[in-house]
Order: sequence, then C-alpha cells, then structure tokens
Amino acid sequence: MLLFLEQLLNGLQLGITLFLMSAGLTLVFGIMRVINLAHGSFYMIGAYVGATAMATTGSFLLGLAAALPAAALVGMAVEWLVLRHLYDRDHLDQVLATFGLIMFFNESARMIWGRQPLFMDVPSWLAGHVTIVDGLSYPVYRLAVIVAGLAVAVFLWFLFARTRLGMRIRAGATNREMVGALGVNISLLYTLVFGLGALLAGLAGVMAGPILAVESGMGESILILTFVVIVIGGIGSVKGAVVGALLVGLVDTLGRAFLPTLLRLAFDSSTADTAGSSLASMAIYILMAMVLLWKPSGLFPVQSA
Amino acid sequence: MKKQCAVVLAVLAGMLLASHVLAADPVKIGMITTLSTKAGYLGEDIRDGFQLAIDQEGGTLGGVPVDLLVEDDGAKPEKGKQIAERFEVKDGVKIMTGIVFSNVAMAVIPKVVRDGVVYLSANAGPSKLAGDMCNPNYFSVSYQNDNLDEVVGQYVTEAGFTNVYLLAPNYPAGKDHLAGFKRYYKGNIAGEVYTKLDQSDYAAEIAGLRAAKPDAVFFFLPGGMGINFLKQYAQAGLQQEIPLFGPAFSFDERILGAVGEAALGVKNGSQWSHDLDNPANKQFVEAFKKAYGRTPTLYASQGYDTARLIASALKKTGGIADLDAFRAALKKADFESVRGNFSFGTNQHPVQDFYIREVIKTENGYTNKTIKKVFSNHVDAYADQCSM
Repeated sequence: MLLFLEQLLNGLQLGITLFLMSAGLTLVFGIMRVINLAHGSFYMIGAYVGATAMATTGSFLLGLAAALPAAALVGMAVEWLVLRHLYDRDHLDQVLATFGLIMFFNESARMIWGRQPLFMDVPSWLAGHVTIVDGLSYPVYRLAVIVAGLAVAVFLWFLFARTRLGMRIRAGATNREMVGALGVNISLLYTLVFGLGALLAGLAGVMAGPILAVESGMGESILILTFVVIVIGGIGSVKGAVVGALLVGLVDTLGRAFLPTLLRLAFDSSTADTAGSSLASMAIYILMAMVLLWKPSGLFPVQSA
Repeated sequence: MKKQCAVVLAVLAGMLLASHVLAADPVKIGMITTLSTKAGYLGEDIRDGFQLAIDQEGGTLGGVPVDLLVEDDGAKPEKGKQIAERFEVKDGVKIMTGIVFSNVAMAVIPKVVRDGVVYLSANAGPSKLAGDMCNPNYFSVSYQNDNLDEVVGQYVTEAGFTNVYLLAPNYPAGKDHLAGFKRYYKGNIAGEVYTKLDQSDYAAEIAGLRAAKPDAVFFFLPGGMGINFLKQYAQAGLQQEIPLFGPAFSFDERILGAVGEAALGVKNGSQWSHDLDNPANKQFVEAFKKAYGRTPTLYASQGYDTARLIASALKKTGGIADLDAFRAALKKADFESVRGNFSFGTNQHPVQDFYIREVIKTENGYTNKTIKKVFSNHVDAYADQCSM
C-alpha cells in the first residue's frame, strides 16, 4: 500500500513535468496552428543554461532565473526567424522545418557544451527526504517539482480566464482574422505565446536537470510523451494537457511498477518480467489508442474557426 | 593473332607492375567506429589508443608502414555496412577494426569476414560471433560481451551476497548481460526488472527496488541511462544502504568525471584498469596521458592492444600478401598486452584475467582502483559452440 502511494507520487511528478511541456506545445498548436517539433529543444536549452548558471553561481534559483528567460528568448527568436514564415504552409513543411531545428539545436549544444553530459546537483535546501506518512519518505526535490507544476497550472488558469491578455489569446485561437481586425497586434501576441510556451518547456528542463543528466538530445524522449499527452488531451486545450499529462504520467509509472508483479500471478517469474516490461512500455500507446477510439479528437477537443 | 598476343602480354606486364606497386604500398587498416552521438567518445578512445601504437613506431606497426582509415558509423548498423562496403571495394582494405556497438558489429562482421577480410574487434563482442557464427577471419581482442557480467556474478557470490536485485534495459543485450551475471551468481534473485531502452527517470524502479529489500543490486545500463540511474539511486539515499555492482561500461574515467560522487564505492567488473601492475600497461598509461592529456579508458586500452597485436603479426609476416600466414601470426598473440595475460582460445576470443574494480576518489578526481582478481585465464561460455 505504501509502495502504491509512493508510485502514485512518482507518477504525479512525471505527469507534472509532462504538463509543463505539453501546455506550451498545445498553446502554440491551438493558437497558431503550427506543429513545433523543436519544443523539446527549449527543454534542453533550459536544462543546459540552468546547469551552467548553477555551476558558476552555485545557486539553483539563479540557475532558474537564467534558464527561463533564455528559453523564452530562444523561443521567441525561433518564432520570429523561422515559424512566422510557416503559418500558412502545410503541416508537413512545418514538421520538416522544425525537425531541422532539432538537429541545429542538438549540434549547437554539442559545440557549446561538449559531448559529455553536464550535472546539476539538487540544491541543498531541497535535498533529503520528508516523511509523508509513517514508513513512506519521499525526496523533497520531487515534491517541490510537483508543487511548482501545480502552481504553474493555477497561474495559467488565472492568465487565461481572468486577464485581458488571456482573453485576447483565447479570442485569437477562435478567430484570428476577427481579433486582428479589432486592432489587436496578433503577430506580437503570437510571439508572446510562443515565448511563454518555450519558457514552460525551459522550466521543465531546468527542474529535470538535478534528476537527469543534461545532455544533447535530451528533449527528444520527452517530446514523444508530450505529443501523446496532447493527442490524448485534445490538441489546443490546456485543460486537456493537464488531464492528459496526469493520465500518461500515472499510467506509465504504475505500469512500469506493477505490471510485472501482476503478471507474476499468472505466469512464471521470468516470462512475467519480460512480458510485463514490454507491456509497460506500450501502456501509454494503448491508452492513447483507447482514448482515440472513444473520442477521436481527444478528451477536451477545442472548437475553433 | 600476334597483335592479340602483344596486348595480352602488355596487360600481364601491367598487372605485374601494378601488384609490385601494391606490395610497396602501406598496409591499409579500415576503422569503422562511433565518433558522433552521445557515445562518440568511445570511438575516439579506441581510435586514439590505436593511433598511439602507430605513432610510437613512427607510422608503422611491426616495422610495416600502415595507413589508418577512420570513418564514423554514427552508431547505426546501416551506416557501418556502407562504410565497410566502401573500404572493401574502393580502398581494397583487408584488415578492419573499431566497431563499438554489437548491433553494428552484427551488421558488418559476418559479411566482411566471408569476403576474406580479417576483422579484429576492439570492443563489441556479440555472443553469436563467439559461438556458432565464429570465423577464422574474426578475432575479438576485447572480450565476449557478457564476460564482464560473469566476473561480477562470481565476485558477488564469493562476497556472500545472497539476495540480489537485477536491472537492465529491455533489449537483447540487456538480457544477455543479465544472463552472464546469473551464470556465476548462486544466490536468490530478489527481482529482475527490464526498463525501457533510453529511459531517463528511474523513480518507479527505484521505489520497487527499495521495497524488495535486496542485499545488493546488479545493473547493466549503458551510457546516459546508467548516469541517470546512479544519480537517482544516490538521491534516493540508497547509495549507503544497498551496494551497487555492474560491468565496467558505466564506469569509465570519462563517465566518472561527470557522475562523480554518485558512483563512489560502486564495484564493477573489467579485464583492464589503468592501475594494473605490468610494464606494458605503465608505459601505455603514461604515453596516453602525455599524448592526449587524459586518463585512458577501457576502450583506449582495447584500441591500443588491437594495434599492438597487428604489429606483432606484421613483424613476422612483413605484410599481408599471405593472409593465411598473417592470420596464423595473429592467433599466436605474441605481444605484451596491457592487461598482462592474453592468449586466444579456440574461438579466437581472448583467454584472460578479470578483475573487480571499485570507484574511488583521488586528488585528481574519481577513478577506478583494482581490488581483486576474480578469474584467471577465463574462457567465455560460447567457445564450445564454435566448430573452429
């Protein structure tokens, strides 16, 4: 039971990281209708800049303070230099161009930071464990990731539902010509939204830094999961991103943790271990297929003109 | 008729001349290795170790001038095949070496050795090539892949651990490596977990591991996977509680430079270490540090040994015009290996000693220290299946 609770927390933490990634990606798709494969690169840039700033200053907060604007600025530059010219093009052109960007960013990271991975330490004030219930202690840092992600979710809700900027963004997603005609600078709005998406990815990257190795190409493995999340949640929907991310995080973690054990009830242990781990790595794709069978445009589809 | 005869004679004369010129050419050695991707440093170290041996002899190996052609396979089997084809057809290469990854090796080696190329492996040692697919043209100068797991299995048993938890990625090599460990480990298995290949977060596995309460953990997670696992294992506070064991692949000096603290105390199995006490090794480690400014890794030692083995054979034969003689000379393994003991078994894989090393901290950073020799003149498990 305690193990189940711990794995639930692990799943929640993975889900939160995925939410930060997919919120940005789904915003960009929902509002600009552009598929951006290079979203994982902002995650990587956040992690690299954060790790470098932390290594030079010794402070995790300064690392965070450097990484977020860096990711946002690179994101806005990418929008301004590349994607802006692709809005009216086919999705395939967008995929090709942003795939090229992935290679560009990976190679740049290798040239700047070298081939060896970088490491970030867990900041001392977030190190150690905290006892949640008797017998279950959980790393403080992973709890902090969960809290930070929840805070971001609340902030996004507030931004979209309660502010003028959020209103314009929602309006732009529904009918961009009309919003443009009403005198809103729609291209500036796009750049800002893109910067916000990149910033969230950078935040996910810098928070993953102390847990993972910071290396060139680290954005790709999370990008695939991120796409699964937004397909499940409904492309363009932030609410869908929240639900999809938590679903994927939980299914993936619980599958990895308990499928082999479950199968052991029916098969001998070595068959169960092998089959269980294979099934576990398929679990989120099975989930995606089932959701799409039931709701072909995702759990929270967005209507727009 | 006369005209035709003259033409034939001219052609024959030309061929004679050409073959004469060929004999004076340096011996070409084709190195297919991985220089890009995250694993690019493995190929760099093999190449640099190999090149060091050539440089030490002033551009020759065993007194015969050699021409080392190096190409990057990007860790992709398809690319490896293309390079091998080009080496064979365009450059007329008769000696190849350098492949890092077993999947690339399986795509390249069976074909080139059938075509009569002599292949000397400086790293990858897939079990197929040690067993039923062994070939007179194929030599492994490194090991058979699961040797490094066998030695850990034996050590863990000797050290009295009886309840070990196993962890590896879910792909063929992951299963092979765990099988190697289990071949010599006699105790109970607390759990056997296969993770996704290229997984980066191991929170779920580590929680399960802690709940299983093993007295030791054996893991095979190559490259970045191992780095992430080590960090998270230390963060979970298990580093002091449950000792970790693994093959040497995640503990070379370049990875340790990055992982540092989190790997401290981990014991790993290897056939070589920079502190092995023999004259050849002392000389090699010194020379490598001087030439490249870093401590050599396992891979560098294998590249160096491969070149020194080729040198010993070329010294006897003077060239590769007679491939049979060259092969026979290789098989004698008449060179001073940096590992000490070295000879070839019936399947042309090394018969050598294996050690357990421990990750320690010195004033120059983190490194490995040899703590025990576990196997002497160890033969791999597939030698019997080879009908050579």
